[in-house]
Amino acid sequence: MTIAERASSAVEERPPRPRRLIDRAFVQLVLARLREFFREPEAVFWVYIFPILMVVGLGIAFRNQPVEHIAVDVESGPQSATIASALGSNPRFVVTTCDAADCATRLRTGKAQLVVSAAGNPPAYQYRLDPTRPESVLARNAADDALQRAAGRVDRVKTADETMSEPGGRYVDFLVPGLLGMSLMGGGLWGVGFVTVDMRIRKLLKRFLATPMKKRDFLAAIMASRMLFMIPEVLVLLVFAHYVFGVFYYGSVWSLVFLIVLGALMFSGVGLLVASRAKTVEAVSGLMNLVMLPMWMLSGIFFTSDRFPAAAQPLIKILPLTPLIDALRAVMLEGSSLSSQAARITIMAAWGVLSFAVALRIFRWQ
Amino acid sequence: MDGLWTVPNNSPTAAPAAVSYGCRMPAIIRCQNLVKTYEGRPPVEAVRGLDLEVEEGECFGLLGPNGAGKTTTIEILEGLLSPTSGMVEVLGRQWGKDDDALRQRIGISFQETKLSEKLSVRETLALFRSFYRRGITPAEAIERVELAEKAKTWVGKLSGGQKQRLAVACALVGDPELLFLDEPTTGLDPRSRRQLWEIIRSYRQRGRTILLTTHYLDEAERLCDHVAIVDRGKVIAQGTPRELIISLGSEHVIEFTLGDHSGNGSSNAPVPDTELFTQLPSVRSVHNDHGRTCLSVSEPHKALPALLDRLESLQLPLASLTTRHASLEDVFVKLAGRRLEEEESPSS
Repeated sequence: MTIAERASSAVEERPPRPRRLIDRAFVQLVLARLREFFREPEAVFWVYIFPILMVVGLGIAFRNQPVEHIAVDVESGPQSATIASALGSNPRFVVTTCDAADCATRLRTGKAQLVVSAAGNPPAYQYRLDPTRPESVLARNAADDALQRAAGRVDRVKTADETMSEPGGRYVDFLVPGLLGMSLMGGGLWGVGFVTVDMRIRKLLKRFLATPMKKRDFLAAIMASRMLFMIPEVLVLLVFAHYVFGVFYYGSVWSLVFLIVLGALMFSGVGLLVASRAKTVEAVSGLMNLVMLPMWMLSGIFFTSDRFPAAAQPLIKILPLTPLIDALRAVMLEGSSLSSQAARITIMAAWGVLSFAVALRIFRWQ
Repeated sequence: MDGLWTVPNNSPTAAPAAVSYGCRMPAIIRCQNLVKTYEGRPPVEAVRGLDLEVEEGECFGLLGPNGAGKTTTIEILEGLLSPTSGMVEVLGRQWGKDDDALRQRIGISFQETKLSEKLSVRETLALFRSFYRRGITPAEAIERVELAEKAKTWVGKLSGGQKQRLAVACALVGDPELLFLDEPTTGLDPRSRRQLWEIIRSYRQRGRTILLTTHYLDEAERLCDHVAIVDRGKVIAQGTPRELIISLGSEHVIEFTLGDHSGNGSSNAPVPDTELFTQLPSVRSVHNDHGRTCLSVSEPHKALPALLDRLESLQLPLASLTTRHASLEDVFVKLAGRRLEEEESPSS
């Protein structure tokens, strides 16, 4: 029997039936990725629990609270009792009286915000403080106010305070879009880059190449599974921040979804690019840190990137993470529209398209 | 020797460009003057002018020591490496034009692939099956490699032999006409090796073609219809195992070692000059192999008494003496001047 005859008889034995969706290579590749991921408990922990731990930790550490206590030291001397009692009239002051050397140490180590001493007769008060510390400056003004009033100063105008603490202006509100961007970056680079290199090391890429598998199915499956992993990752973070810290989202949900998907696609592309040549875990880990470290520092995850010098701003603005976080903040905190973010969206789209194009061109399959 | 070489009677240009139904193809795999040089300092000549012809329905073995160029050759034939020069034709086609059509018809198993540990046997096969337009069901593939009991087991929990059978099943799931197996039984225990041989035999019994590489002589002898012995990037002999052994001119081997006069056959026993035995009746060749003297003989019943007489007259005491059928090992030793599992010494 010739090959041709055998092929035709095989067709007779097994009439071609319409292919079920589940039998498609793309679907099977996505399924394989999902199974591999969710059967690895450590991976699930790091991807889904870690961002929550970050929000909790940072949210607690940087929770905004009214300045309740002002630690003021009084240098012991003839006037120290007078000063202490003048300050003691205001319960916000925590007054400690100690000698000059102790006071200096406590000021330097941050245990005291301000040191008050008195000299001469009639006494002149002297404030010692660190002007770069906002609490010190605050303490100086509050203490001065209290001491002046105790000495008989009279307010000329009546004033009243109206306090507000509305969600949107707190540090945790600022932090959540940053963490969201960071998580999209880490997920894209690790979820696409690391997994791809791992498959290359295991010669699985080469094994797939030895089958009629279409490369586009493979790459599309890697991307699609990344998108699927991202959904719970993002939801967990946003829902947690909303219910536990009362973070409120001002912008439209669809704008937010659009930015998240765009960011995830962009970082999948960057991940693929980072992984396109690397042949060892060490190489790809190094490359990923090289790519992520500047963005961790510069792109405004934890504090606004405006703090960096103006000369560095153009560079910072085109790093992939910066426009993502800036756009997320604008939409989430200010309720901006997507059209107002067009420039940032363009930068992100450019990163995504470019990194994909280059990655596909230089990708090493074996 | 020359009579053993399968000389291709069609020139490559005469081969049909595409599969035409109803006409018998000359060969399933053909390659001529295959050369692969890896760049580097110095460049490595892995394959240095290699010719092969594999016919339909046979199990063809590339036999050779490690580093002979077997894997490079098979990967070129699989279309995964491009040759530096030479002609390659697989199933009447050449790589580089419509590779997908070719890949649909062949199955490949590498020397080493780490399949995903967290997928079950069935899931792995469903994945591989999804790459092919036609083929057998994952369940059938599992049946063929006798892994039915392990269908739901994660790959990471399989033994080495089971993993290797799964790797072969991944190659079978597209119901290929041609199967490439690179060192299918390397590192496996004897039982797993026999199981794999059975799988390969039953595939061949369906009239399909197999090209495998091996450095195991017994595997080549028992499994392969044709063997090409590869050494240093070239085919040094080609034929059926039987033909290759007959080509030695003597199907039997007498091996003996001498004892020293203290009576124990230790390593410092004298090794006699091979010249002493070349003239004995029916002896074709003599060589020393690590203290053993090996005589290739065509008629052991004539050679043995003469050998014993000669040793007696020279007053050389025997420590051991065995006779056996010649094997492919002897063919390799004769052609390459060393044993198959011996590392190539730099001076050779």
